[in-house]
Amino acid sequence: MLGPVDYMLWLAGFLLEFYVVVSSLVRGEFKKYLTLNIYMLCAAFVTSGLFFVYHHFGFESRSYFYYYYYTDGLLYVLMYFVVIHFYQQVFAEMHVSRYIRGAAVILLLATAFFSYLVVHQTPEHLTSRFVVELEQNLNFVGVILTYLLWASLLKLHETRARLVQLVLALGVYFSATAGVYALHNLFPVLENYGLRWVPPLLGTWLPLAWAYTFTRVPEESRLLTAAFAMKAR
Amino acid sequence: MIAALICVISIAAFLQFFVSHCRSILAASRSVELSDRVREVTGVAGSDISADDFHRLVQLVHLCPEQSDDQVDIRAVGTYYSILRALSSFCSKLIPSASAWADQERQKCSYFAAVALDRRISYSRDLLVQQTVERL
Repeated sequence: MLGPVDYMLWLAGFLLEFYVVVSSLVRGEFKKYLTLNIYMLCAAFVTSGLFFVYHHFGFESRSYFYYYYYTDGLLYVLMYFVVIHFYQQVFAEMHVSRYIRGAAVILLLATAFFSYLVVHQTPEHLTSRFVVELEQNLNFVGVILTYLLWASLLKLHETRARLVQLVLALGVYFSATAGVYALHNLFPVLENYGLRWVPPLLGTWLPLAWAYTFTRVPEESRLLTAAFAMKAR
Repeated sequence: MIAALICVISIAAFLQFFVSHCRSILAASRSVELSDRVREVTGVAGSDISADDFHRLVQLVHLCPEQSDDQVDIRAVGTYYSILRALSSFCSKLIPSASAWADQERQKCSYFAAVALDRRISYSRDLLVQQTVERL
């Protein structure tokens, strides 16, 4: 059973996701951050759909389980394209977009194949187990990719404040989500001690951080080079 | 075993991303020069703002009329400051270099709060001028 806090987080997440898309449209930057906006738009639809499924079928139903994991899996694939988009922005001057896209598709297929290998020995409920496994693996691949992206930003002395903050917010989201999944696998009992609140909070964190970045950090804003280099130490 | 490895890597990455995110917010305020007005109000001389001034400065910030767009920043930096203070007291005897780094970061948080105070004072003055003009 969900309580008022769950509803509040749901609503906050939906409104923030919608806000990011609308503010991008208003500023005429929708196309520049196309994948990010598509992700936010889909996340908003998924959030409202989740609410609908919860009300019609209940929290414990199979429909809710399938809807939650399938749409979450799809959102992770979309999020993956957002990370690739950030890579393309960082390496824009090197004209290596084609190679980045190719490597990304191979990595995505490899992650899906690895997830299949993990679950194929248990044919019963193969699809539902596959989607959960794929989600966890994509999450961890997301952490690694974002970490490599962050290392590239430091190495290239990237000063675009907005890009830096968008990537860091994504890094916080991916690493915290992967950590929660791993903690859940290691100590399932933690679910009763507050761990269940972390995923919904993280679901609100990402649109909140991105909404903040788009609102407060102008596109032309630059970080001080020296200050930025200090972070590498 | 794999879950434990993922857990350790994720938590380490999370801490690094979180610290870097807070520092990127602080970095924006470092280029701002404090006005004489705010130095006078806070009693800060030169560029020396103490790491322990943070809470005092935030209290002063809250005395000024609220500016809707800086509340999130102040909360995020406040959380970062609390973590740093805990780290500083925990490491003061065990790892003095980590404690010194945390103090340096706390000083930047205080500078950030002073910049926020400066902005709010300017905002209040603008409001006052605006109201005076409207009355005339």
